[in-house]
Amino acid sequence: MEGYLSLFIKSVFVENLALAFFLGMCTFLAVSKKIETALGLGVAVVVVQGITVPANNFIYQFLLRDGALAWAGLPEVNLSFLGLISYIGVIAAMVQILEMALDRFFPALYSALGIFLPLITVNCAILGGTLFMVERNYAFGESVVYGLGTGVGWGLALIALAGIREKLKYSDVPEGLQGLGITFITVGLMALGFMAFSGI
Amino acid sequence: MNDEAKKVVTDPLLNNNPIALQILGVCSALAVTSKLETSLMMSLALTSVLVCSNAAISLIRNHIPSSIRIIVQMTIIASLVIVVDQMLKAFAFNISKQMSVFVGLIITNCIVLGRAEAFAMKNRPGLSFLDGLGNALGYSLILIIVGTTRELFGSGTLLGYQVFPLVTAGGWFYPVGIMLLPPSAFFIIGLFIWWLRTWKTAQLEQAEYRIHVVHRTEVI
Repeated sequence: MEGYLSLFIKSVFVENLALAFFLGMCTFLAVSKKIETALGLGVAVVVVQGITVPANNFIYQFLLRDGALAWAGLPEVNLSFLGLISYIGVIAAMVQILEMALDRFFPALYSALGIFLPLITVNCAILGGTLFMVERNYAFGESVVYGLGTGVGWGLALIALAGIREKLKYSDVPEGLQGLGITFITVGLMALGFMAFSGI
Repeated sequence: MNDEAKKVVTDPLLNNNPIALQILGVCSALAVTSKLETSLMMSLALTSVLVCSNAAISLIRNHIPSSIRIIVQMTIIASLVIVVDQMLKAFAFNISKQMSVFVGLIITNCIVLGRAEAFAMKNRPGLSFLDGLGNALGYSLILIIVGTTRELFGSGTLLGYQVFPLVTAGGWFYPVGIMLLPPSAFFIIGLFIWWLRTWKTAQLEQAEYRIHVVHRTEVI
Protein backbone atom coordinates (compact mmCIF):
# COMPACT_ATOMS: atom_id res chain seq x y z
CA MET A 1 0.00 0.00 0.00
CA GLU A 2 2.81 2.37 0.89
CA GLY A 3 4.43 1.66 -2.46
CA TYR A 4 1.25 2.66 -4.28
CA LEU A 5 0.94 5.86 -2.27
CA SER A 6 4.49 6.93 -2.99
CA LEU A 7 4.04 6.07 -6.67
CA PHE A 8 0.94 8.26 -6.73
CA ILE A 9 2.70 11.20 -5.09
CA LYS A 10 5.67 10.71 -7.39
CA SER A 11 3.54 10.71 -10.53
CA VAL A 12 1.54 13.77 -9.44
CA PHE A 13 4.35 16.02 -8.26
CA VAL A 14 7.89 14.76 -8.85
CA GLU A 15 7.37 13.38 -12.32
CA ASN A 16 4.59 15.69 -13.37
CA LEU A 17 3.98 14.90 -17.03
CA ALA A 18 3.40 18.51 -18.01
CA LEU A 19 6.06 20.30 -16.03
CA ALA A 20 8.84 17.71 -15.76
CA PHE A 21 8.47 15.86 -19.07
CA PHE A 22 6.67 18.50 -21.15
CA LEU A 23 4.03 16.15 -22.41
CA GLY A 24 0.76 17.44 -23.78
CA MET A 25 2.29 20.88 -24.18
CA CYS A 26 0.30 21.89 -27.25
CA THR A 27 -3.03 21.48 -25.50
CA PHE A 28 -1.47 22.74 -22.28
CA LEU A 29 -0.58 26.07 -23.89
CA ALA A 30 -3.64 26.36 -26.10
CA VAL A 31 -6.43 25.49 -23.63
CA SER A 32 -5.21 27.32 -20.53
CA LYS A 33 -6.84 30.68 -21.08
CA LYS A 34 -9.80 30.12 -18.73
CA ILE A 35 -10.03 28.15 -15.48
CA GLU A 36 -13.42 26.68 -16.39
CA THR A 37 -12.32 25.04 -19.62
CA ALA A 38 -9.07 23.98 -18.00
CA LEU A 39 -11.05 22.22 -15.29
CA GLY A 40 -13.17 20.38 -17.86
CA LEU A 41 -10.16 19.23 -19.83
CA GLY A 42 -8.33 18.28 -16.63
CA VAL A 43 -11.16 15.99 -15.54
CA ALA A 44 -11.37 14.43 -19.01
CA VAL A 45 -7.63 13.71 -19.00
CA VAL A 46 -7.81 12.09 -15.54
CA VAL A 47 -10.60 9.79 -16.72
CA VAL A 48 -8.99 8.85 -20.03
CA GLN A 49 -5.54 8.39 -18.50
CA GLY A 50 -7.00 6.28 -15.68
CA ILE A 51 -8.58 3.93 -18.24
CA THR A 52 -6.01 3.77 -21.04
CA VAL A 53 -2.85 3.17 -19.02
CA PRO A 54 -4.21 0.03 -17.29
CA ALA A 55 -5.82 -1.11 -20.58
CA ASN A 56 -2.53 -0.76 -22.43
CA ASN A 57 -0.75 -2.45 -19.55
CA PHE A 58 -3.10 -5.39 -19.97
CA ILE A 59 -2.41 -5.56 -23.71
CA TYR A 60 1.32 -5.29 -23.15
CA GLN A 61 1.46 -7.96 -20.47
CA PHE A 62 -0.72 -10.50 -22.25
CA LEU A 63 -0.19 -9.88 -25.97
CA LEU A 64 2.84 -7.84 -26.93
CA ARG A 65 5.63 -8.49 -24.44
CA ASP A 66 8.48 -10.85 -25.30
CA GLY A 67 7.06 -14.30 -24.48
CA ALA A 68 3.69 -12.86 -23.50
CA LEU A 69 1.82 -15.19 -25.82
CA ALA A 70 2.95 -18.22 -23.82
CA TRP A 71 -0.66 -18.70 -22.62
CA ALA A 72 -1.65 -19.28 -26.25
CA GLY A 73 1.11 -21.81 -26.78
CA LEU A 74 3.42 -19.39 -28.63
CA PRO A 75 6.23 -18.65 -26.13
CA GLU A 76 8.72 -17.47 -28.77
CA VAL A 77 6.64 -14.73 -30.33
CA ASN A 78 7.68 -11.14 -29.59
CA LEU A 79 5.19 -8.59 -30.85
CA SER A 80 6.60 -5.58 -29.00
CA PHE A 81 7.29 -3.75 -32.28
CA LEU A 82 3.53 -3.47 -32.71
CA GLY A 83 3.34 -1.54 -29.44
CA LEU A 84 2.98 2.01 -30.71
CA ILE A 85 0.23 1.27 -33.18
CA SER A 86 -1.80 -0.79 -30.70
CA TYR A 87 -1.50 1.78 -27.93
CA ILE A 88 -2.68 4.61 -30.13
CA GLY A 89 -5.49 2.39 -31.36
CA VAL A 90 -6.56 1.64 -27.79
CA ILE A 91 -6.41 5.32 -26.90
CA ALA A 92 -8.47 6.38 -29.92
CA ALA A 93 -11.01 3.62 -29.23
CA MET A 94 -11.24 4.44 -25.50
CA VAL A 95 -11.81 8.10 -26.20
CA GLN A 96 -14.52 7.21 -28.68
CA ILE A 97 -16.22 4.80 -26.25
CA LEU A 98 -15.96 7.28 -23.40
CA GLU A 99 -17.51 9.92 -25.60
CA MET A 100 -20.47 7.68 -26.43
CA ALA A 101 -20.90 6.54 -22.82
CA LEU A 102 -20.86 10.10 -21.51
CA ASP A 103 -23.31 11.19 -24.17
CA ARG A 104 -25.69 8.42 -23.15
CA PHE A 105 -25.40 8.49 -19.35
CA PHE A 106 -23.99 11.88 -18.31
CA PRO A 107 -25.16 14.37 -20.95
CA ALA A 108 -24.34 17.34 -18.70
CA LEU A 109 -20.70 16.35 -18.36
CA TYR A 110 -20.59 15.49 -22.06
CA SER A 111 -21.68 18.93 -23.14
CA ALA A 112 -19.32 20.53 -20.64
CA LEU A 113 -16.32 18.69 -22.07
CA GLY A 114 -17.44 19.27 -25.66
CA ILE A 115 -14.59 19.51 -28.13
CA PHE A 116 -11.91 18.48 -25.63
CA LEU A 117 -12.76 14.81 -25.59
CA PRO A 118 -11.75 14.02 -29.19
CA LEU A 119 -8.71 16.27 -28.80
CA ILE A 120 -7.40 14.02 -26.04
CA THR A 121 -6.52 11.34 -28.61
CA VAL A 122 -3.64 13.46 -29.87
CA ASN A 123 -2.58 14.63 -26.43
CA CYS A 124 0.95 13.32 -25.96
CA ALA A 125 0.45 13.09 -22.20
CA ILE A 126 -1.85 10.11 -22.73
CA LEU A 127 0.45 8.19 -25.05
CA GLY A 128 3.44 9.33 -22.96
CA GLY A 129 1.92 7.87 -19.80
CA THR A 130 1.47 4.54 -21.56
CA LEU A 131 5.01 4.54 -22.95
CA PHE A 132 6.55 5.34 -19.57
CA MET A 133 4.46 2.55 -18.05
CA VAL A 134 5.85 0.12 -20.63
CA GLU A 135 9.42 1.38 -20.27
CA ARG A 136 9.36 0.95 -16.50
CA ASN A 137 7.54 -2.37 -16.67
CA TYR A 138 4.82 -1.56 -14.14
CA ALA A 139 2.56 -4.35 -12.89
CA PHE A 140 -1.19 -3.99 -13.37
CA GLY A 141 -1.91 -2.49 -9.93
CA GLU A 142 0.90 0.01 -10.32
CA SER A 143 -0.32 0.99 -13.76
CA VAL A 144 -3.75 1.92 -12.37
CA VAL A 145 -2.15 4.17 -9.75
CA TYR A 146 0.33 5.59 -12.26
CA GLY A 147 -2.42 6.34 -14.79
CA LEU A 148 -4.58 8.17 -12.25
CA GLY A 149 -1.58 9.96 -10.73
CA THR A 150 -0.23 11.30 -14.02
CA GLY A 151 -3.73 12.38 -15.04
CA VAL A 152 -4.25 14.28 -11.80
CA GLY A 153 -0.80 15.85 -12.05
CA TRP A 154 -1.38 17.03 -15.60
CA GLY A 155 -4.81 18.43 -14.75
CA LEU A 156 -3.42 20.19 -11.69
CA ALA A 157 -0.67 21.87 -13.69
CA LEU A 158 -3.18 22.92 -16.37
CA ILE A 159 -5.54 24.50 -13.85
CA ALA A 160 -2.68 26.26 -12.08
CA LEU A 161 -1.45 27.73 -15.37
CA ALA A 162 -4.98 28.82 -16.28
CA GLY A 163 -5.24 30.61 -12.92
CA ILE A 164 -2.00 32.46 -13.55
CA ARG A 165 -2.97 33.40 -17.09
CA GLU A 166 -6.33 34.78 -15.95
CA LYS A 167 -4.49 37.20 -13.70
CA LEU A 168 -1.77 37.82 -16.25
CA LYS A 169 -4.07 39.38 -18.82
CA TYR A 170 -4.44 42.45 -16.65
CA SER A 171 -0.70 43.07 -16.48
CA ASP A 172 1.44 45.21 -18.72
CA VAL A 173 3.50 42.76 -20.74
CA PRO A 174 6.02 43.96 -23.37
CA GLU A 175 4.48 43.91 -26.84
CA GLY A 176 6.44 41.07 -28.43
CA LEU A 177 6.04 38.88 -25.39
CA GLN A 178 2.25 39.10 -25.19
CA GLY A 179 0.30 35.88 -25.47
CA LEU A 180 2.47 32.90 -26.29
CA GLY A 181 5.84 34.33 -25.25
CA ILE A 182 4.91 35.22 -21.69
CA THR A 183 3.06 31.91 -21.35
CA PHE A 184 6.24 30.02 -22.17
CA ILE A 185 8.17 31.95 -19.54
CA THR A 186 5.40 31.44 -16.97
CA VAL A 187 5.44 27.70 -17.59
CA GLY A 188 9.22 27.73 -17.23
CA LEU A 189 8.91 29.37 -13.81
CA MET A 190 6.21 26.88 -12.81
CA ALA A 191 8.44 24.02 -13.88
CA LEU A 192 11.25 25.45 -11.74
CA GLY A 193 8.82 25.55 -8.83
CA PHE A 194 7.76 21.95 -9.40
CA MET A 195 11.39 20.87 -9.37
CA ALA A 196 11.38 21.61 -5.68
CA PHE A 197 9.22 18.49 -5.25
CA SER A 198 11.99 16.25 -6.51
CA GLY A 199 13.42 16.25 -2.99
CA ILE A 200 10.42 14.31 -1.65
CA MET B 1 11.29 25.69 -58.37
CA ASN B 2 8.33 28.02 -58.86
CA ASP B 3 7.22 30.73 -56.48
CA GLU B 4 4.42 28.76 -54.84
CA ALA B 5 6.64 25.84 -53.96
CA LYS B 6 9.34 28.17 -52.67
CA LYS B 7 6.83 29.92 -50.44
CA VAL B 8 5.54 26.61 -49.07
CA VAL B 9 9.05 25.62 -48.04
CA THR B 10 10.35 28.91 -46.67
CA ASP B 11 7.22 30.25 -44.98
CA PRO B 12 7.25 27.89 -41.98
CA LEU B 13 10.85 28.82 -41.17
CA LEU B 14 10.20 32.23 -39.64
CA ASN B 15 6.90 33.66 -40.88
CA ASN B 16 4.68 30.78 -39.85
CA ASN B 17 6.88 28.70 -37.59
CA PRO B 18 5.12 25.58 -36.28
CA ILE B 19 6.42 26.04 -32.74
CA ALA B 20 6.61 29.81 -32.36
CA LEU B 21 3.33 30.70 -34.06
CA GLN B 22 1.14 27.65 -34.65
CA ILE B 23 1.88 26.13 -31.19
CA LEU B 24 2.33 22.70 -32.73
CA GLY B 25 4.78 20.04 -31.58
CA VAL B 26 6.05 21.83 -28.53
CA CYS B 27 6.37 18.76 -26.30
CA SER B 28 9.25 17.04 -27.96
CA ALA B 29 10.93 20.36 -28.72
CA LEU B 30 11.51 20.83 -25.02
CA ALA B 31 12.26 17.38 -23.75
CA VAL B 32 15.09 16.22 -25.99
CA THR B 33 17.04 19.46 -26.32
CA SER B 34 19.46 19.24 -23.43
CA LYS B 35 22.08 18.10 -25.95
CA LEU B 36 22.64 19.09 -29.56
CA GLU B 37 23.08 15.48 -30.62
CA THR B 38 19.63 14.37 -29.50
CA SER B 39 18.10 17.56 -30.92
CA LEU B 40 19.61 16.82 -34.33
CA MET B 41 18.48 13.21 -34.22
CA MET B 42 14.97 14.24 -33.20
CA SER B 43 14.82 16.78 -36.05
CA LEU B 44 15.94 14.12 -38.48
CA ALA B 45 13.37 11.61 -37.21
CA LEU B 46 10.55 14.13 -37.35
CA THR B 47 11.58 15.36 -40.80
CA SER B 48 11.45 11.88 -42.28
CA VAL B 49 8.11 11.08 -40.66
CA LEU B 50 6.49 14.40 -41.58
CA VAL B 51 7.67 14.39 -45.20
CA CYS B 52 6.58 10.79 -45.80
CA SER B 53 3.26 11.10 -43.98
CA ASN B 54 2.32 14.31 -45.78
CA ALA B 55 3.13 12.77 -49.16
CA ALA B 56 1.39 9.47 -48.39
CA ILE B 57 -1.76 11.07 -47.00
CA SER B 58 -1.93 13.47 -49.91
CA LEU B 59 -1.63 10.57 -52.37
CA ILE B 60 -4.74 8.85 -51.02
CA ARG B 61 -6.61 11.98 -49.95
CA ASN B 62 -9.43 11.47 -52.43
CA HIS B 63 -10.07 7.93 -51.25
CA ILE B 64 -10.34 8.59 -47.49
CA PRO B 65 -13.94 8.87 -46.23
CA SER B 66 -14.01 11.96 -44.06
CA SER B 67 -15.69 10.24 -41.11
CA ILE B 68 -12.72 7.94 -40.49
CA ARG B 69 -9.95 10.19 -41.77
CA ILE B 70 -8.33 10.73 -38.36
CA ILE B 71 -7.92 7.00 -37.82
CA VAL B 72 -6.51 6.50 -41.32
CA GLN B 73 -4.05 9.34 -40.78
CA MET B 74 -3.05 8.02 -37.37
CA THR B 75 -2.42 4.55 -38.81
CA ILE B 76 -0.16 5.92 -41.54
CA ILE B 77 1.72 8.11 -39.08
CA ALA B 78 2.05 5.34 -36.48
CA SER B 79 3.44 2.94 -39.09
CA LEU B 80 6.04 5.50 -40.21
CA VAL B 81 7.04 6.19 -36.62
CA ILE B 82 7.47 2.47 -35.95
CA VAL B 83 9.85 2.30 -38.94
CA VAL B 84 11.86 5.26 -37.66
CA ASP B 85 11.90 3.86 -34.12
CA GLN B 86 13.17 0.47 -35.28
CA MET B 87 15.81 2.12 -37.51
CA LEU B 88 17.08 4.19 -34.59
CA LYS B 89 17.20 1.15 -32.34
CA ALA B 90 19.16 -0.73 -34.99
CA PHE B 91 21.68 1.92 -36.04
CA ALA B 92 21.91 4.45 -33.19
CA PHE B 93 21.03 2.49 -30.09
CA ASN B 94 22.64 4.86 -27.55
CA ILE B 95 20.82 7.91 -28.85
CA SER B 96 17.60 5.98 -29.05
CA LYS B 97 18.01 5.07 -25.36
CA GLN B 98 18.60 8.71 -24.45
CA MET B 99 15.51 9.84 -26.31
CA SER B 100 13.51 7.12 -24.50
CA VAL B 101 9.79 7.51 -25.20
CA PHE B 102 10.05 10.64 -27.26
CA VAL B 103 10.57 8.87 -30.58
CA GLY B 104 7.27 7.08 -30.07
CA LEU B 105 5.67 10.37 -29.16
CA ILE B 106 6.23 11.67 -32.71
CA ILE B 107 2.88 9.94 -33.38
CA THR B 108 1.11 12.45 -31.19
CA ASN B 109 3.33 15.31 -32.27
CA CYS B 110 0.70 17.77 -33.34
CA ILE B 111 2.79 19.01 -36.27
CA VAL B 112 2.36 15.72 -38.11
CA LEU B 113 -1.41 15.40 -37.68
CA GLY B 114 -1.87 19.16 -37.93
CA ARG B 115 -0.13 19.40 -41.31
CA ALA B 116 -1.92 16.28 -42.55
CA GLU B 117 -5.29 17.82 -41.69
CA ALA B 118 -4.54 21.36 -42.74
CA PHE B 119 -2.46 20.83 -45.86
CA ALA B 120 -2.06 17.28 -47.14
CA MET B 121 -5.81 16.61 -47.28
CA LYS B 122 -6.29 19.52 -49.69
CA ASN B 123 -3.18 19.65 -51.85
CA ARG B 124 -1.40 17.50 -54.39
CA PRO B 125 1.41 15.16 -53.25
CA GLY B 126 4.37 17.20 -54.56
CA LEU B 127 3.30 20.34 -52.76
CA SER B 128 2.42 18.41 -49.59
CA PHE B 129 5.89 16.88 -49.64
CA LEU B 130 7.39 20.38 -49.74
CA ASP B 131 5.03 21.61 -47.02
CA GLY B 132 6.16 18.74 -44.82
CA LEU B 133 9.77 19.60 -45.53
CA GLY B 134 9.24 23.29 -44.76
CA ASN B 135 7.48 22.67 -41.46
CA ALA B 136 10.01 20.07 -40.43
CA LEU B 137 12.78 22.60 -41.13
CA GLY B 138 11.00 25.25 -39.08
CA TYR B 139 10.72 22.76 -36.22
CA SER B 140 14.35 21.70 -36.59
CA LEU B 141 15.48 25.33 -36.59
CA ILE B 142 14.04 25.88 -33.10
CA LEU B 143 15.28 22.52 -31.84
CA ILE B 144 18.81 23.28 -33.01
CA ILE B 145 18.79 26.79 -31.52
CA VAL B 146 17.57 25.48 -28.16
CA GLY B 147 19.85 22.43 -28.25
CA THR B 148 22.94 24.49 -29.09
CA THR B 149 22.25 27.07 -26.38
CA ARG B 150 21.55 24.47 -23.71
CA GLU B 151 24.53 22.28 -24.43
CA LEU B 152 26.98 25.14 -24.96
CA PHE B 153 26.12 27.04 -21.79
CA GLY B 154 25.08 24.05 -19.73
CA SER B 155 28.18 21.95 -20.11
CA GLY B 156 30.51 23.97 -22.36
CA THR B 157 30.45 21.36 -25.10
CA LEU B 158 28.97 21.02 -28.58
CA LEU B 159 28.21 17.55 -29.93
CA GLY B 160 30.40 16.24 -27.13
CA TYR B 161 33.48 18.34 -28.00
CA GLN B 162 34.70 20.74 -25.32
CA VAL B 163 34.28 24.30 -26.62
CA PHE B 164 34.62 26.27 -23.40
CA PRO B 165 37.28 24.86 -21.03
CA LEU B 166 35.61 24.14 -17.67
CA VAL B 167 36.90 25.52 -14.38
CA THR B 168 37.13 22.02 -12.99
CA ALA B 169 39.54 21.16 -15.81
CA GLY B 170 41.66 24.28 -15.33
CA GLY B 171 39.74 26.56 -17.73
CA TRP B 172 37.63 29.67 -17.17
CA PHE B 173 34.06 28.53 -17.82
CA TYR B 174 31.59 27.95 -15.00
CA PRO B 175 28.78 25.77 -16.41
CA VAL B 176 25.33 27.33 -16.11
CA GLY B 177 23.53 24.55 -14.29
CA ILE B 178 20.01 25.72 -15.07
CA MET B 179 20.59 25.19 -18.79
CA LEU B 180 20.67 21.44 -18.23
CA LEU B 181 17.40 21.56 -16.34
CA PRO B 182 14.18 21.24 -18.33
CA PRO B 183 12.70 24.70 -17.51
CA SER B 184 15.48 26.50 -19.37
CA ALA B 185 14.01 25.30 -22.66
CA PHE B 186 10.86 27.28 -21.91
CA PHE B 187 12.83 30.45 -21.26
CA ILE B 188 14.87 30.05 -24.45
CA ILE B 189 11.78 29.49 -26.59
CA GLY B 190 9.93 32.32 -24.83
CA LEU B 191 12.79 34.72 -25.51
CA PHE B 192 13.09 33.46 -29.10
CA ILE B 193 9.40 34.22 -29.64
CA TRP B 194 9.93 37.67 -28.17
CA TRP B 195 12.79 38.36 -30.56
CA LEU B 196 10.89 36.94 -33.54
CA ARG B 197 7.78 38.97 -32.85
CA THR B 198 9.72 42.17 -32.29
CA TRP B 199 11.22 41.63 -35.74
CA LYS B 200 8.12 40.33 -37.55
CA THR B 201 5.45 42.52 -36.02
CA ALA B 202 2.64 40.82 -37.98
CA GLN B 203 2.80 37.95 -35.48
CA LEU B 204 2.03 40.12 -32.45
CA GLU B 205 -1.00 39.09 -30.40
CA GLN B 206 -3.43 41.76 -29.38
CA ALA B 207 -3.73 42.24 -25.64
CA GLU B 208 -7.21 41.49 -24.30
CA TYR B 209 -7.14 44.57 -22.12
CA ARG B 210 -5.33 47.80 -22.77
CA ILE B 211 -3.52 49.17 -19.78
CA HIS B 212 -4.72 52.71 -19.33
CA VAL B 213 -1.78 54.89 -18.49
CA VAL B 214 -2.65 57.39 -15.78
CA HIS B 215 -0.22 60.20 -15.22
CA ARG B 216 0.43 60.94 -11.62
CA THR B 217 -0.55 64.59 -11.95
CA GLU B 218 -4.03 63.61 -13.14
CA VAL B 219 -4.61 61.44 -10.09
CA ILE B 220 -3.60 64.11 -7.69
